[in-house]
Amino acid sequence: MLKIENLHATVAGKPILNGLTLTVPAGEIHAIMGPNGAGKSTLAYVLGGRPGYEVTEGSVTFDGRDLFEMEPHERAAAGMFLGFQYPVEIPGVSYLQFLRESLNSQRRSRGEKELSGAEFIRLSKDKAALLGMDAEMLKRPVNVGFSGGEKKRAEMVQMGIMDPRLAILDETDSGLDIDALKAVGAGINSIMRAPDRSVLLITHYQRLLDYVTPDAVHVLSRGKIVRSGGPELAHELEREGYAEAAA
Amino acid sequence: MTALPTRKLEAYRYADIDALRDVWDGLAQPDEVKIAAQQRLQQIWLPSGDEIDIRRVEMVVAAGAVVRIFALNNASRYGRYEIDVTMHEGADFALFGANIGGGNSTLEIVTTLKHVAPGATSHQTIRSVLGDKATGSFLGRIEVAREGQQTDAEQSVKAMLLDRGATANAKPELEIFADDVKCAHGATVGELDRNQLYYAAARGLDPVSARALLLEGFVGGLWDEIEGDDQGIAEMARVALRKVAA
Repeated sequence: MLKIENLHATVAGKPILNGLTLTVPAGEIHAIMGPNGAGKSTLAYVLGGRPGYEVTEGSVTFDGRDLFEMEPHERAAAGMFLGFQYPVEIPGVSYLQFLRESLNSQRRSRGEKELSGAEFIRLSKDKAALLGMDAEMLKRPVNVGFSGGEKKRAEMVQMGIMDPRLAILDETDSGLDIDALKAVGAGINSIMRAPDRSVLLITHYQRLLDYVTPDAVHVLSRGKIVRSGGPELAHELEREGYAEAAA
Repeated sequence: MTALPTRKLEAYRYADIDALRDVWDGLAQPDEVKIAAQQRLQQIWLPSGDEIDIRRVEMVVAAGAVVRIFALNNASRYGRYEIDVTMHEGADFALFGANIGGGNSTLEIVTTLKHVAPGATSHQTIRSVLGDKATGSFLGRIEVAREGQQTDAEQSVKAMLLDRGATANAKPELEIFADDVKCAHGATVGELDRNQLYYAAARGLDPVSARALLLEGFVGGLWDEIEGDDQGIAEMARVALRKVAA
């Protein structure tokens, strides 16, 4: 599904990723853990095509296609979803309008029929219910006045609506209370746990992994994967800290 | 016959005088509108479709009358909406205006609000979206006479520039002779937010649709208070925004 080879990337001329190699097969959830400054968010943004993140070496393929040949919106249409650590507020644009236009833009570029207003409202209500979010909130401007937890729940509702094949979730668990954490975990499991789907879960803490069991855990340090293992590796990191595990 | 204005006149300092020359004959005398006491008037000003589109209105709002004007200024060469309003006791006036243009267009909204009696309220909300080499201006003069106590006058002016060559002018001008008044004005000029554009792209919106959607969010609230049929102003604004976003 996702194949990253010897990836080097810079931000403002400063090298952040230094030869990262990682493969996430279809049907698997992989967690990437690491200390602050290891390059976790940079990895998410490089995969998402954010301007300002420059790839200097290496390759990434998504379903065999060169990811860097695709614009950010084309990556979304190809089935990739990027969950933001800091979801962005858009005053004056309702969530319903934002998501319906986004989804229909994806569908147009895939040659699929666009959803009508009624069809879209039904879909968004279903997905909001699944994540325990009041569908009325989707009438409000995108993320404006949302608490940290509400924004992250809304990210998961968006993931449900977009129905991606690959989700890259950048610290979706940060700033969540325990109920929201459970809801996010349940959302990831119900939406993304399937034989033809994959998740790259970027996180600083082990606690989300109590609700989502990863197939593999990787430790990112100084822009490279320094260790990989099973779910037990997350517990070891939690006990012993990154310095020990990365040594 | 009144002479053609020059740019030395404050109200014409950003005007396209060449364009004005072609049409000035029919414009020298503004339209007069009187709203009787306690009456209510709502007007929706749509672009005429002509490349030069100018309206000059002198309005007298009698005691307790309410006026709402919703204006879309979108001429391809020169669009100018000029309103001179005299407000009597307790009158309530609001203008919601948009300058939306690209190319070499010059778009301006020029207002003079005269608060000549106590307790009148005026609210002006102007949003400009300018691409290419377009110029969009708002010149808003508020005059509060000695008798205009408890005047509440407000201007909110925001402009969005889409290209390096586009220009926005915002010029509030207040002349106040009463001592118990509330006059507020705010103006900003900005460009589309990169984080918002990237967020929209990450959700699958192509760049033109993303820009158009964000611009609609910027302008859209202007039409919220229209009562009844909006005569298509929201849709016309949307089409104009899509055009400048492309």
